[in-house]
Amino acid sequence: MVAFTVNGKSASVAAEPDTPLLWVIREHLKLTGTKFGCGAGLCGACTVHVDGQAVLSCQTAASDVEGKQVSTIEGLSPDSTHALQKAWIAEQVPQCGYCQSGQIMKAAELLATNKNPTRDQIVRHMDGNICRCGTYTRIVAAIQRAAKEG
Amino acid sequence: MTYIDSKGPQVSRRGFLGGVGGLTFAVAMGANGLSLMSEASAAAAGKEIGAWVRIAADGMVTILTPGAEMGQGSMTGVIVPLAEEMDADWDKVTLDWAPADADRYGYERGGRRAMAIVGSRAVMLYYNDMRLAGAQVRQVLMQAAAGKWGVDVASLRTEPGFVVHPASNRRMSYGEIAAFATVPATLPDVPASAFKKPEEFRLIGKALDRRDIPPKVNGSAQFAIDIHVPGMVYASTLHAPVQMASPQSWNDAKVRAMKGVVDVVKLPHGVAVVADTFEHVLAARNALEVKWASGAKAEGFDSVATLETAYPKIAADKTAKTKSVKKKGDFAAAVANAAKTYKADFKSDMGHHAQMEPLNGVARFNADGTLEVWEGTQAPSWSRRGIAKAMGLKQEQVIHHQQYMGGGFGRRSNTDYTIEAAMVARAVKKPVKMIWTREEDMSFGMFRPQTLQCLEAAIGKDGKITGWHQCVIGDGGNLTYGGIKLDAYYGIPNQDIEQRGASHGIRLKHWRAVAHPFNLFAIEGLIDEMAEKEGQDPFEFRRQRLALTPKAKAVFDKVEQMSDWKTKRPAGRALGLSVSERSGSVGAGVVEISLDRTSGRIRVHKVWTAVHGGTIVNPEMARRNVESGVIYGMSSILKERATVKDGAVEQSNFHDYEVLRMSEAPESIEVEFIPSTAKPTGIGEIGNPFISAAIANAFHALTGKRLYHMPFTPERVLEALKA
Repeated sequence: MVAFTVNGKSASVAAEPDTPLLWVIREHLKLTGTKFGCGAGLCGACTVHVDGQAVLSCQTAASDVEGKQVSTIEGLSPDSTHALQKAWIAEQVPQCGYCQSGQIMKAAELLATNKNPTRDQIVRHMDGNICRCGTYTRIVAAIQRAAKEG
Repeated sequence: MTYIDSKGPQVSRRGFLGGVGGLTFAVAMGANGLSLMSEASAAAAGKEIGAWVRIAADGMVTILTPGAEMGQGSMTGVIVPLAEEMDADWDKVTLDWAPADADRYGYERGGRRAMAIVGSRAVMLYYNDMRLAGAQVRQVLMQAAAGKWGVDVASLRTEPGFVVHPASNRRMSYGEIAAFATVPATLPDVPASAFKKPEEFRLIGKALDRRDIPPKVNGSAQFAIDIHVPGMVYASTLHAPVQMASPQSWNDAKVRAMKGVVDVVKLPHGVAVVADTFEHVLAARNALEVKWASGAKAEGFDSVATLETAYPKIAADKTAKTKSVKKKGDFAAAVANAAKTYKADFKSDMGHHAQMEPLNGVARFNADGTLEVWEGTQAPSWSRRGIAKAMGLKQEQVIHHQQYMGGGFGRRSNTDYTIEAAMVARAVKKPVKMIWTREEDMSFGMFRPQTLQCLEAAIGKDGKITGWHQCVIGDGGNLTYGGIKLDAYYGIPNQDIEQRGASHGIRLKHWRAVAHPFNLFAIEGLIDEMAEKEGQDPFEFRRQRLALTPKAKAVFDKVEQMSDWKTKRPAGRALGLSVSERSGSVGAGVVEISLDRTSGRIRVHKVWTAVHGGTIVNPEMARRNVESGVIYGMSSILKERATVKDGAVEQSNFHDYEVLRMSEAPESIEVEFIPSTAKPTGIGEIGNPFISAAIANAFHALTGKRLYHMPFTPERVLEALKA
């Protein structure tokens, strides 16, 4: 049994402590916005926040988040109005969309600490997140837009 | 903004048709293409009908879209021409998936119907049928309004969502009409000449938002991997390392005793572990030790050795079995009469799709014997048929629920993953979610084949290129030569295109733009070499020595201007040019690169590309498709390399099959479309074929050296620099 807070609600899950947080979120809690991409910490599709820090949920054991605050794409805003979500729509970023939850969560971590990142800072921060549809230039534009429009 | 209900976009035909009033236009099972009919006439003819367009009394228009969505925007794009011709208010248009039924919702190609989003064909092949359907809906609405007002239908016109009678200044919304009107038994015949003129377009050519984007920024977009079915168990397959080998025996007792394990199921080419949770599946799968039967064709296959030694032997063997792909004029005579000939050989390694969503499917057998599947497929109609065949069912017994796809790139037009889900569901008598790990997705992948291409070109005494010979050696038939389409850009009078086969037992598949990326690498690599040796600028060489098609001329002129080609670049930078073709479109691209001579890493800074794609239905969506192709092409040409040793794929995940990351993406990608009112041609794959040769040609401009083997890994770059 693992207990933590997810998107502001307490959750208690009957999973072994070493279960990757990814599967706890996706299959036990059915919060499927967080995606399985590689299972090896290589692609960033499973990015969520734990106490405000972006982590790879496929590399995080359920026991590591015991008592902590986990937030997923579903909890980023109640109605898709986070600055990044608005910017993602304005820039029409997603194509297949599968990596985008991870991209947005990773970008949210950046904007939380750096209100006005340079292009280089954005690229350095986001480089662990693969987008196979190649939306990289649009992601940069969307993060810059979100920073500007808040 | 409206979009597909993100959770459970299942379409019940009955539900859709038996709504509460409103106008429903059905799809007839016509002989040629899609056609609309009324519910009444379909029922009278005793035909099972499918709905297509429904206008509710509140004015909301629901259109079923046959465009499977893997990222290119097909779902939105294919129905825009229908909404355009019916003069719909775009804000009141809702989309839903069309059922997997090619007879009703498929496009016609080569005498067969298919719902298959492949080969960049979605918008181009649905375009005319969609326009006709939309024009007929509009005509019915106008006729109904004319009857109500007692005026001549010719005195009416439409505005988005409204029929208007200018003489009396009256307006009636489509919703108001839907409340009283009926669809006539015979729909009005609308000739193509009555379709809107391009200058009358309100939607086509405009930057309409994609309907799939809002659910893709909040996690609600539903992919097959997100499906939960009551009572469902989880499964994952361990496939043989040597592709297509069959399992003989395994440590069954040990695996079955592991926590949560429900069953261990033998599949034709693998062993599936079934458990109550996916983490238990993974643990049991990791413990699985399987003895595989010997004798698979791939056994002992070594891709590197084959490409380096076996293929050159096949190329040199005059008695090797040769398939003639295309013969035009007399190549031998062109060589005999040539002022000069040029030869070069090009190699390309295997490539993998590596779409972001690992392959998966959900399957459930119902009490009535039907099989329900939830999957993301590029080709719902092919998939439904394929699943039925594999499971010994009638197609009608397979209920198909299409989902968003986390990438496809050609891989998802084959549904082997969902067939495995169905096989396991039958064995365990429970609903099953089958998820392949990334490692399975890769090792049991279906690859872009490796090739050796041997080229020879002849220049006549007048300086024109008169002859072209290209022989492709590799496994996979047209997967190896389908991109050699010289007539789309260069009018070379004498052509001899050949293929010499090989057979390795490795699963092969269409990849984004199939053979074009490596075929054009060879074609445009040799053209660049000839331009250099003839002492001419690459643009001028093409213009003077080749009979450029009008589309090619247009894109070369445009991209030369966009890239400011003649302006000198800073030290350490250089430009390269290449053309590309795909599904009727022609594009040309220029890249600006630099090189780290210590590490051997090529950096692409800027990309300019001009595309002739006929009418561009949605310019912003098309632009992003081209950008996506550019990145996909760069990834494959700079990084991606799949190899096979002893019959087993050597790569397993993104650490050893590296794909392009943000830090390696160009700082800018500029895309322009040549204005055209011609029918649309393919857009989804026009962006990647030119990248290979453009980078190689830029590399030559920078270093004086040529790259003949893709991908251009740092090791190969360093080797080329030493040559």
